[in-house]
Amino acid sequence: MITLKNITKVYHSGDIDYPALSGISFTILEGEFVAIMGPSGSGKSTLMHIMGALDTPTSGTYILDGKDMSTLRDVELAEIRKHRIGFVFQSFNLLPRATVLRNVMLPLLYAGVSKEARILRATQALYDAGLPESHFEHRSNQLSGGQIQRVAIARALVNEPKLILADEPTGNLDTKTGQVVLETFRRLNREHRRTIVLITHEPEVAEFADRVIVIRDGLIVSDQSTPHAAPNSRA
Amino acid sequence: MNITDLFVETYTALTSNKVRSGLTVLGIVIGISSVIAMVSIGSGAQATIRDNISAIGSNLVLVTPGTQRGPGAQVSQGRGTARTLTQSDANAITREISLAARVAPEQTGRYQVTTKGKNTNTSVIGTTGEYPYVRKVNVSLGSWFSASQVSSGAKVAVLGPTTRDDLFGEGENPVGETVRIKGVPYKVVGVTASRGGTGFGNQDDMIFVTLSSAQRYLAGESYVTTISVEAKTAEDMTMMQSDITTLLLREHRITDPAEQDFTVFNQQDIAATASSVTQTFTVLLSAIAGISLLVGGIGIMNMMLTTVTERTKEIGLRKAIGATERDIGMQFLLESVLLTLLGGVIGILLGVGVAMGVSSLGILKTEVPVSAVLLAFSVAGVIGIIFGYYPARRAAALDPISALRHE
Repeated sequence: MITLKNITKVYHSGDIDYPALSGISFTILEGEFVAIMGPSGSGKSTLMHIMGALDTPTSGTYILDGKDMSTLRDVELAEIRKHRIGFVFQSFNLLPRATVLRNVMLPLLYAGVSKEARILRATQALYDAGLPESHFEHRSNQLSGGQIQRVAIARALVNEPKLILADEPTGNLDTKTGQVVLETFRRLNREHRRTIVLITHEPEVAEFADRVIVIRDGLIVSDQSTPHAAPNSRA
Repeated sequence: MNITDLFVETYTALTSNKVRSGLTVLGIVIGISSVIAMVSIGSGAQATIRDNISAIGSNLVLVTPGTQRGPGAQVSQGRGTARTLTQSDANAITREISLAARVAPEQTGRYQVTTKGKNTNTSVIGTTGEYPYVRKVNVSLGSWFSASQVSSGAKVAVLGPTTRDDLFGEGENPVGETVRIKGVPYKVVGVTASRGGTGFGNQDDMIFVTLSSAQRYLAGESYVTTISVEAKTAEDMTMMQSDITTLLLREHRITDPAEQDFTVFNQQDIAATASSVTQTFTVLLSAIAGISLLVGGIGIMNMMLTTVTERTKEIGLRKAIGATERDIGMQFLLESVLLTLLGGVIGILLGVGVAMGVSSLGILKTEVPVSAVLLAFSVAGVIGIIFGYYPARRAAALDPISALRHE
């Protein structure tokens, strides 16, 4: 479902080039739960931006759901983000003054879904992310960190994306709450067959995935299944 | 994103910071309300002038002696400086100008007027029986003098209500009594109805006598100070005006129109002169009010730029979940337009309120023109677009990656 071939990304600053990615290739199948792990500066954030259609590579091809993403323009990238990708951020990024339900409905707003359908789908996504119904009308500043991140996960689920990208989702949470959030990801993957790519620098977090891709200095150093991987998660 | 959703998003954003939105809108409110108030006062003043001018007659062309000396001289009702206009000019107009319905020559002077124990100094207008029709003067007590009294030079007088109050006391009936004008005894035959004129002198403080007696006993000369000519229809006025000019040039044996020793002007000229003055003031005051609109617009822009910076992360998020540049731009543009339109509506209400207050306190008559209200509303919207465009553009152009990282 996701294929990266020889992806490179070079940033320019003045006359100096900074290579962030120097030829990354891998394939992720539908229903996989993959962690991309690397220290800061390894290029994993750049990789996430490219996979999330927020950025385009300098060279190489990125095929998402049969569509070549490398050459798309801004409007087309926005279209991809709207329908095929769900983001979960380290800093949650909820609208602080909006209710939980309205936050989750936001992606559907841009997708032009009718109001009734929006409420229905947002409610379902919040159930799937494991947030109790009593919190649906709360504002995000009335929730705990773990609850906030589950709202963010629901927001990422709501437009039925092909790919859920989670960028350090536990980075701002304590270990125990982080566990709960990671359990949520695993459950979504196991029970709802969601394709999840989790970006992290912590090996303990990466352990939750079925497959770990380690990158360093813009190159893949290892790509292997974890011991507990579901038998059908790799081709 | 459809229009309703866009409005809900915008409304939520604006109401989430009510104090700031309110203060920003204040600039627009002040600007719009002052423009509305100024324009209302200006057009009220014009309406007052229009009423005053139409009160002196309809389809009226006035001939005065002397050359035209500019707008001030046109509005002045005082006697002309030159004595070049005579009874025979009035007769010639009556005889030869077919477009004229009525002709009323007059000789105006200021004289001391006395009764037993009381006296006043007032305008005395010597005129004919046509005058009340041409100049819309109504008689409330007694009657106007007749044509035969005019031709015989009868010493009869019709008093203005104010003059009557001065000479006989308020509400007294002076008909049949005698007043002495410049020592000459005149018998009072009538009192005119109050016209309450303003702006052109008090039209109630005057005495009307027969033209022939005024020429004989008061001025001792046969010149006239004004000839009022009423045209049959309003369309005839301009034509009649040039007919009279041609006729009098011939009568006065003047070949070079530059040496013309009389002036012919019509009511519309007076109205135009008078309203051009108020119009200038209205434009001037509205321009000043317009500057405050500009300042208000800059305030909107300032707030929108602050908002865009504050909400950079939100913009990044919206882009990450699929908002296009267009979606973001529209949202911020709509925020500023809604703000200015809100300011426009409040400003219009406030301006109309001020105008009505000024009216009801009796300071000035005001009139709120519908066109000004519509214009103010559109100007408010346009200000929102102009001053909201740049901040909206900035928001739309934000790079989602750096926007998301923004702290």
